[in-house]
Amino acid sequence: MKIPVDRKYSETHEWFLLEDDTATMGITQYAADELTDITYVDLPEVGAKVSTGDAIAEVESVKATSEIFAAIPGTVTAVNTALTDHPELINDDAFDEGWMIKIKVDSNASLENLMTAKDYASFLRNSA
Amino acid sequence: MTTMMTERSKMILPDSAANGDCEVSANAAAAGNAAPMELRENKLLFEKGSPGLCGAALTESDVPKVRRESAIPRELLVDAPPALPELGELDVVRHYKSLAHKVFSIDENFYPLGSCTMKYNPRINERVAFMPGFAAIHPYQDEADLQGILELLYRLRTYLAEIAGLPEVTLQPAAGAHGELTALMIINAYHRSRGQNRHKVLAPDSAHGTNPASCTICGRDALSIKSKSNGRVDLDDLLAKVDEDTAALMITNPNTTGVFDETIADIAEIVHAKGAQLYLDGANMNAILGKTRPGDFGVDCMHYNTHKTFSTPHGGGGPGAGPVAVAEHLRPFLPVPQVVKRNDGSFGWDSDRPQSIGKVRSFFGQVGVLVRAYTYIRSLGCDGLRDVAEKAVLNANYLAARLKHKYPMPFPPPYAHEFITVPDFHDSGVTELDLAKRLIDYGIHPPTMSWPIHHCLMIEPTETESLATLDQFVEVMLTIADEVDRDPNLVKNAPHTMPVKRLDEVAASRKPNVRWKP
Repeated sequence: MKIPVDRKYSETHEWFLLEDDTATMGITQYAADELTDITYVDLPEVGAKVSTGDAIAEVESVKATSEIFAAIPGTVTAVNTALTDHPELINDDAFDEGWMIKIKVDSNASLENLMTAKDYASFLRNSA
Repeated sequence: MTTMMTERSKMILPDSAANGDCEVSANAAAAGNAAPMELRENKLLFEKGSPGLCGAALTESDVPKVRRESAIPRELLVDAPPALPELGELDVVRHYKSLAHKVFSIDENFYPLGSCTMKYNPRINERVAFMPGFAAIHPYQDEADLQGILELLYRLRTYLAEIAGLPEVTLQPAAGAHGELTALMIINAYHRSRGQNRHKVLAPDSAHGTNPASCTICGRDALSIKSKSNGRVDLDDLLAKVDEDTAALMITNPNTTGVFDETIADIAEIVHAKGAQLYLDGANMNAILGKTRPGDFGVDCMHYNTHKTFSTPHGGGGPGAGPVAVAEHLRPFLPVPQVVKRNDGSFGWDSDRPQSIGKVRSFFGQVGVLVRAYTYIRSLGCDGLRDVAEKAVLNANYLAARLKHKYPMPFPPPYAHEFITVPDFHDSGVTELDLAKRLIDYGIHPPTMSWPIHHCLMIEPTETESLATLDQFVEVMLTIADEVDRDPNLVKNAPHTMPVKRLDEVAASRKPNVRWKP
């Protein structure tokens, strides 16, 4: 499984890609594969304030419903509305087309406590 | 198709199953005969019948006719009568008989559904529940006329208290999850009585989904505690998370991975040291009936699932009962009214409990279900209930021991009343879902799947199955393992013997069509 090195990862299988002051987030391909076919995505309102650890979205598959957690504080600036009609985009391409939320991160917030791609890969190996 | 349905009633051995597959395709080919049959069976009542058909001949009414406009406000009147199906009695009987034959039940087939304790419901339960003194009474009748049922309810609550090792029980909650909610409300009321409002409720990551759901409904935050690699609670993680804002730890013991957590006394001590309460999800009481009592291992509060432990019917959303047992310090908060025995020996209701959380269910709970639980307890007696636990545990460990060479188990034995296997057929691409579907072809209900750990099957035979049935199940499981080696597609495309095969769950979820329209 390919794990992009340009971003950071949480233990709850979200990815965060920080560009300037905006973090794009989604769930990892591993999470998407484990959930199997995703049937519904509940996204936050644009403009919503989020704090680290908040459950800000929900992904529903034929197998399970999972909460999606923010790992960085900030304000939601965009959500991937294509997912409303095509939640399968997450299964098809979790790291790109299946992105979920863009967050304008609060100043001096960082992704330092998240895992690198290498750490996440070994995290997956150890938890499997 | 009808002939295929009857084959489910026994576990089919490999050869006959293969024949079954052929027959299905032969039937499909001979569409001339099979298709009309199938169409008739799959019709809804609304699609059957024809105008004017009727199941009963009613005599002319002797009540004077009233113009409907004079009795009902005009805006509530419709122009035409509702489009109800019109059928003769025989058509209706055949319709429901045909549906009944399609139902998969413990009365016909082995049902090793882990976590749900699908034990046989003895017929005596039904016989007693249908006795007129229990079935033909009304809660508004005078107490003096209800002494029989009141005595039964009083006795049942004392038996359940004895089994729990806790002093008092409420019979009001209408289901296990309702029992959880009731218990959490009691715990909240207890903390509030001490001037505290505690926000957190902890539960291990192997907990039933109802645990965090009950916390949320109760306005509390659910927090997950890690399990160790042997399936037990990670005490370090518990120590790190339990604090003065923790209302309770909800624990299932034996837990959903089928292991009894021997550190339960340590867990109780850790929880109590912070003033939090230890709550037991009683889903798995079947394994410890009469062997150990939750009150003796530090539990403050617990619920029973009468359908799992005391052989009342699994409702499919229908009536259940989730009695809650509490320790001495929680008694003042129990729901009212409580059934009591008065000094003169009569039975009645008592609502004098000022700190009570109030009523959680109309009238006195699901009385018909409680009668069945009472009957089960009385027909087995103390020794019989202990024997339930012994046989349930023995049966599970027997299956585990016979299956372990082909079906790897992540947690070491001994197990309680159920066990988990994570089948390793990755090279063939066969998943736990495929195995579950293939079991259907052999007339066995699939076990619980993919929970509480990824890619697992959770198997619980219960005490009600004979050695012969257990051996047949082992043979089927080993046969399927061989099939995976020989012909994985046979397993991947299962079931082959059912009127419907794999449903399109994705389409069903994404584009649900839940209402029939003419």
